[in-house]
Amino acid sequence: MSTATSAATSARPRTAPAPHAPAAGGTRRRSRTRTRLELALLLGPGLLLFAGFVLVPIGVAGFYSLYSWNGFGPLTDFVGLRNYTDALSGAVFQGAIGHNLVIAVLSIVVQLPLSIGLALLLNRKLRGRTFLRMVVFAPYVLSEAVTAVIWLLMLQPGGFIDAVLRGMGLGGLVQLWLADPSIVLYTLFLVITWKYIGFGVILLLAGLQGVPVELREAAALDGASSWQITRNVVLPLLGPTIRIWIFLSVIGSLQLFDLVWIMTLGGPANASTTMATYLVDHGFKRYEFGFGSAVAVILFIICFLFALLYQRFALRRDTEGAIG
Amino acid sequence: MRRNAVGYLAAFAVIGVTVVPLLFVVLGGFRTTAQINASPAGLPGPLVWDNYVAVLGSVEFWRLLGNSLLIAVIATTLAVGLGAMAAFALSRYAFKGREAVYTLFTLGLLFPIGVATLPLYLWLRQLGLLENPLGVAIPEAAFSLPVTIVILRPFMRAIPGELEDAALLDGAAKLGFFWRILLPLSRPALITVSVLAFVTSWNFYLLPLLVFNDSAHFTLPLGVAMFQSEHTQDTAKVLAFTALSMLPALAFFVLAERRMVGGLTGSVKG
Repeated sequence: MSTATSAATSARPRTAPAPHAPAAGGTRRRSRTRTRLELALLLGPGLLLFAGFVLVPIGVAGFYSLYSWNGFGPLTDFVGLRNYTDALSGAVFQGAIGHNLVIAVLSIVVQLPLSIGLALLLNRKLRGRTFLRMVVFAPYVLSEAVTAVIWLLMLQPGGFIDAVLRGMGLGGLVQLWLADPSIVLYTLFLVITWKYIGFGVILLLAGLQGVPVELREAAALDGASSWQITRNVVLPLLGPTIRIWIFLSVIGSLQLFDLVWIMTLGGPANASTTMATYLVDHGFKRYEFGFGSAVAVILFIICFLFALLYQRFALRRDTEGAIG
Repeated sequence: MRRNAVGYLAAFAVIGVTVVPLLFVVLGGFRTTAQINASPAGLPGPLVWDNYVAVLGSVEFWRLLGNSLLIAVIATTLAVGLGAMAAFALSRYAFKGREAVYTLFTLGLLFPIGVATLPLYLWLRQLGLLENPLGVAIPEAAFSLPVTIVILRPFMRAIPGELEDAALLDGAAKLGFFWRILLPLSRPALITVSVLAFVTSWNFYLLPLLVFNDSAHFTLPLGVAMFQSEHTQDTAKVLAFTALSMLPALAFFVLAERRMVGGLTGSVKG
């Protein structure tokens, strides 16, 4: 911050404050008005867009959430916090929160070690490494909608996945992937992993570039085994990257929508409902705009609290100075 | 040597898991639905071109592509244009409340569009922007603004103050410096944020889902999902349609890969 401030101030012509010289004071005032105008011109449109389509809608959701309202006509039926208590005491919404948490925890427990392992392997001097990186990253580029349709087709009963499993003599593993309530959430998790694993690998590969070769060499000279080097030298240095990945992954898990909506609509029997699908289902399909807004506010508070706590306890060291 | 062998083995496994679903889609489009039903994991016998020809010859596919392109271009232009202006103000001016404004924008990184959709929908209805490409493009731009500013500001900050001093001494106005010197110098960062904003818009599903009822306005992600649900009996055609609709994103990725990966990792390093 200090460097930029000094750069900006030093860039402006310095007129000495001279109260007895009205001419100098006049130009200074004029240039200050000019600076204000420039700032308004530069910042105004962006702030307006941001406030009008991001901040205000979120604030307005808080207002609607106190009413029972179908989205048409005036807001008359004030119900206080009843929408919130109704949502939080409902079994379906509680289940939805649980599903989001299961996905978040599974992501950390399964995707993170997998990403680290793959990144460490792909960091070696393999032939065709560039090509490999592109391939790993490709699913991340596809929209969740396309991903959902691809896997919907592959997971049809008797479809591609079942045929491959049977062909490998693993017919016993065949399941009703999307129709069995006890399995559907894990199926969705596998699809999410397929789509997003590349993102983690690419992030970690970039982080590995920041680990000096000299450090590893020095550790090797001291007689450290390659596992010890990885465990005690490389992983700690990857810390910031890993912590950012966890943050993005949890926030993403809490907001899961597209994939679930297209593949299962939250079914069967609400076994894969997420907070976001619950919100859209009630808000738009059933015109419960007040209730839907309460759900939106709850989702927002959960994300916000997580971000705040995580920032406070895990990210502080990494982002010192970077984020105010 | 042995360790590299393990590396290659892992590499092959990764390629397999990643590529097989994509190949399933592309190759499936060259078969008939009867062939797919008989042997889901089979390869195309003689290549069947009918599915791809039918999709490419349909008005629907090109209209979806056009709608997606229009919305993505508007959203990207808005986000990058206004974002660059704001980043300039936040990096090269000293004023009270600057850090507070910046923090406000960074908070936007945390807000999922999902949280705002309900009131956003009502707001767009009030503005008369439902069934209108702008009703999707403008909010998308607003939600892309934070990441744009977060990437551009440090970049613009790092450009030496001497350049600015020299330009101002030569009689250029501060805005002239922005337009003629800072923007051209920021090109790499501008390309990165453009790619990110474009891809975000291109892949967006929830907002167009709510804003558009008339399928004539649909974007590609909506169209793919709709085509799938409307042609459940014609798997081969759905596969061809899906293959063609993932092509633009993959082609764009091949062209802009360095920018995308660089942008993502750069934004994380702060």
